[in-house]
Amino acid sequence: MKSSSKLASRRRFLRGVLNGVPMVVGLPLLDCFWNDNGTALAATGAAPSPCFVSWMFGLGFNPGRWAPSELGKIREFGPELQALNPFMDKINVFSGFRAILDSKPNLVHNSGVYTLLTGQAPSAGVQHPPTIDTLVSSKLGTRTRFRSIEVNAGGAALSLSERGNGIVNPAEGAPVALYQKLFGPDFVDPNAAEFTPDPEIVLNKSALSVVAEERQRLMSQVGTADRQRLDEYFTSLRELEQGLEIQLERPAPLPSCSKPDKPQEIAAGSDIEVMRTRNRLFSRLIAHAFACGQTHVANMIYNHLVYMTRPGSANHHHLWTHEEPIDHRIGYQPQVALFNLECAGALADTLTALNNIKEGSGTVLDRSVVLVGTDVGFAQAHGIDNIPMFLIGSGGGRFKTGLHISAGGDSVTRVGFTAMQGLGLTVGEWGSESNKTARPITEVLA
Amino acid sequence: MSKNRKSRVVIVAVAILGVAIAATVFFFAPASSEKNRSLSGSAKMADASLRRLTDTQYRQIILDVLGPTIRVNGVVEPGVREAGLIEVGSRRASVSASGMAQFHALAKDIAEQATSETNRNTIISCVPKAVDAWDAQCGEQFLSQVGRLLFRRSLGPAESQAIFAIAEKSATASKDFYKGVGEGLSSLLIAPQFLFRWEIPQVARDGTLSLDALSKASRLSFFLWNSGPDLLLLEAAESGALDTRSGLREQVDRMLESPRLEAGTRAFFIDMFQFDHFHELVKDAQIYPKFSAQVINDAEEQTLRTVVDHLLVRQLDYRDLFTTRRTFLTPVLGAIYRVPTPSDKSIGMDRRWISYEFDADDPRPGILMQTSFVTLHSHPGRSSPTLRGKALREIFLCQKVPDPPANVSFTEFNESQNSEVLRTTRKRLEAHATAPACAGCHRLTDPIGLAMEVADSDGSFRTEENGVAIDTTGNFEGTVFSDAAGLAEAIRNNPVLPSCLVNRVYSYGTGRAVTSADRSAQATLSDSFAKNGYKLRSLLREIALDDEFYRVPPTKSSNLMTVQAKATKQ
Repeated sequence: MKSSSKLASRRRFLRGVLNGVPMVVGLPLLDCFWNDNGTALAATGAAPSPCFVSWMFGLGFNPGRWAPSELGKIREFGPELQALNPFMDKINVFSGFRAILDSKPNLVHNSGVYTLLTGQAPSAGVQHPPTIDTLVSSKLGTRTRFRSIEVNAGGAALSLSERGNGIVNPAEGAPVALYQKLFGPDFVDPNAAEFTPDPEIVLNKSALSVVAEERQRLMSQVGTADRQRLDEYFTSLRELEQGLEIQLERPAPLPSCSKPDKPQEIAAGSDIEVMRTRNRLFSRLIAHAFACGQTHVANMIYNHLVYMTRPGSANHHHLWTHEEPIDHRIGYQPQVALFNLECAGALADTLTALNNIKEGSGTVLDRSVVLVGTDVGFAQAHGIDNIPMFLIGSGGGRFKTGLHISAGGDSVTRVGFTAMQGLGLTVGEWGSESNKTARPITEVLA
Repeated sequence: MSKNRKSRVVIVAVAILGVAIAATVFFFAPASSEKNRSLSGSAKMADASLRRLTDTQYRQIILDVLGPTIRVNGVVEPGVREAGLIEVGSRRASVSASGMAQFHALAKDIAEQATSETNRNTIISCVPKAVDAWDAQCGEQFLSQVGRLLFRRSLGPAESQAIFAIAEKSATASKDFYKGVGEGLSSLLIAPQFLFRWEIPQVARDGTLSLDALSKASRLSFFLWNSGPDLLLLEAAESGALDTRSGLREQVDRMLESPRLEAGTRAFFIDMFQFDHFHELVKDAQIYPKFSAQVINDAEEQTLRTVVDHLLVRQLDYRDLFTTRRTFLTPVLGAIYRVPTPSDKSIGMDRRWISYEFDADDPRPGILMQTSFVTLHSHPGRSSPTLRGKALREIFLCQKVPDPPANVSFTEFNESQNSEVLRTTRKRLEAHATAPACAGCHRLTDPIGLAMEVADSDGSFRTEENGVAIDTTGNFEGTVFSDAAGLAEAIRNNPVLPSCLVNRVYSYGTGRAVTSADRSAQATLSDSFAKNGYKLRSLLREIALDDEFYRVPPTKSSNLMTVQAKATKQ
């Protein structure tokens, strides 16, 4: 039996599914095309949603070896960013921004990165506020199968995506597992000629509803702190239900969507080759997930709190930053520089993956904005001044790109705040104490 | 405000207070029957507190409730370690969106396995009248039984009805009884009543707040077995026996004699020793070609076998774990330790473990020199006295080594270095500690860690590093030693060692960090632990029988309610 979505009401449709009647929905072919300018879907005229990536790496770059020497239009990167040359016109570089601690201690390898992600310098034993990606996903992620995707190229579950109250969105450490999650049996190809909802999903959703109906009664049983945790549980449950709901609807066609090949298993470990490979595979899957509308937000950790090694070398990246003296002839730590080149190369890999998927006249990277940050400005001393940060991609025309902006010690929060403003979040100010800002970096807002 | 209005306010306030007191007495009355409990019924119960199940608890419950044929094919959302224990962090853990997706996937997979043709007849005790339709009698019987074990109490009427309804709906739609049972089981496995441990207070005899009987059963069971209560314990709680001294003693003694105590003991030491980090452990394959996934598995198992044998089977002094020469080895570990062991071929892969005793003069006694500790606290490409010293102090002595300082001046360090390679770790550390801000903490960690340098990053034994003899001399809290055996002896004799275990065991059971308010109770427990010869089983029993263990710490609201309850009693 064939039926178009116009002929079957949603209720009738689901009842049919549940009763085992195969309900097949045909796809109007004209929906599959971009408009003449290649900027919007022909069927609706709507521009596709922007995507957001948080790409965090560890240990920064050698001071003086990354930012362009001139402000304004970028003509040349510092030596450690040479891998980013192909994307020069799509990158904004921010130098001179710092994490401001006020009277708090510097929690090494944490204060810098959490300040730029949460707007608040962290304190030991105090829960972090929500990270920027969760604020962004509350706008961009409500109508996708996954509100956000978290990955860690180090292979660990460690994640820098937090909802507040200690709720961490754990990361996938294995590309195969991410593939299964995104493109396994539950993936619905938006461009398939026919759509048959899975009756089991209807039942799964009903079972979740039974649990969700307990919310009010159970919430009334616990104290304030536990109520927040239970609230998180039910919020997560609701998101799972919404994800199932989306799987029951015929997805809008997305002409650039294609299912990627299943990645190969990756060896355990965190040597530079393994990490680069893992990051490449994650990046490709995320690019396809964006193109296929599975999510609009991704959190990627490259080597934050990871012992990145070179095969056969007793020292890892972190040890080198503390144990390698600065070579006075060249003015920097040469072994550390080799690892830093790897980080820039890995970022270039991610940008390449996003840029490789064409969408009309642009690419997935063009409709994305990638926030890049790190934990330190000078790793040897755990310094948190002049933390390297970038915004990459125009977010579908929302940002100007190709600029080097420098600040005389402004808080790193200005960069995150600018990203949120550009993506259209209704945020009047962001951050706390000296990191609070209401000043976007207007030079990069389109 | 007019006089009349003031009077009305007073009347309303008195009325509210009266209702509040009445409600408090009702809510906190000892709940011995299922209908009094708000979680399963309709009455409101204030200030229950929650602990989310850990990965090991989830697995153990599935094993205990559904049997060994069911596999947990995935990882539960990781917990956060606080005060040295993930169990303490479980009071803060919730369920993220991806964690929920994982719980859902696990629930579906477990339900599918349990209702598969292979397993259904052993797991589901009844047989439906027909497999292509819902059989309410059989389906509801199974879901009620399994629900009681998963929720750690009987399901309330509304809960039962909801679960039965979804099971029936699923069975009818799919024309498959077992699909329906699976959907019902899946709902139970994702419910917050299962994924969180609900600790519900009641007013104790002395007017303070204590756990109600079913919460007490649950605390006891997770403490000793790392799992939910069995039917006997649930019955003791529901009958009120667990609220009596003799009833509690009977259950505690039964549980301490149960084979399930081994699983509980293993879970505690996995948490205390931070063995969850084995998931992330890697070594450089070029530098350590012998190190493999099998070494990782065997290293963890070696220490757990040593602990169980020493503390439960032989019932020996906890402190002697640090000097014992008795352990268990596999051929893989034999290669790491460089000691002769029978090959896999000669003993068979299924019986790879042999008991082994190191020679009296071997410099690697005790669990600190086992592969588990030295590999977990090393870098991928080399050993680390600093990481080992820090871990020793934090894990076994409950001390906090400060985090590295920030904005340290490395000028002196940078100036003092030259291209000549410093050949031993001791020399490198001495050079690194030239920064005064670093030296303070390195003095706490490095001397004890350097004694363990005979164990390389992969655990293998060595006497030289880069052609230079390893210097293992040092000093721990005033005791001078010449090697790792001397260090082990010094650790073993340090009075902080057993009191740290008391601290960790107690925190593990209550899910709360020990604070200064617990100092007196902790001292009493430590004294008792000493008097009983530092035997783990006696410590567990002492804690499990102590009223304080079930006490609910006062909060602002619970203080008010306790006062009100006391006032009402009078």
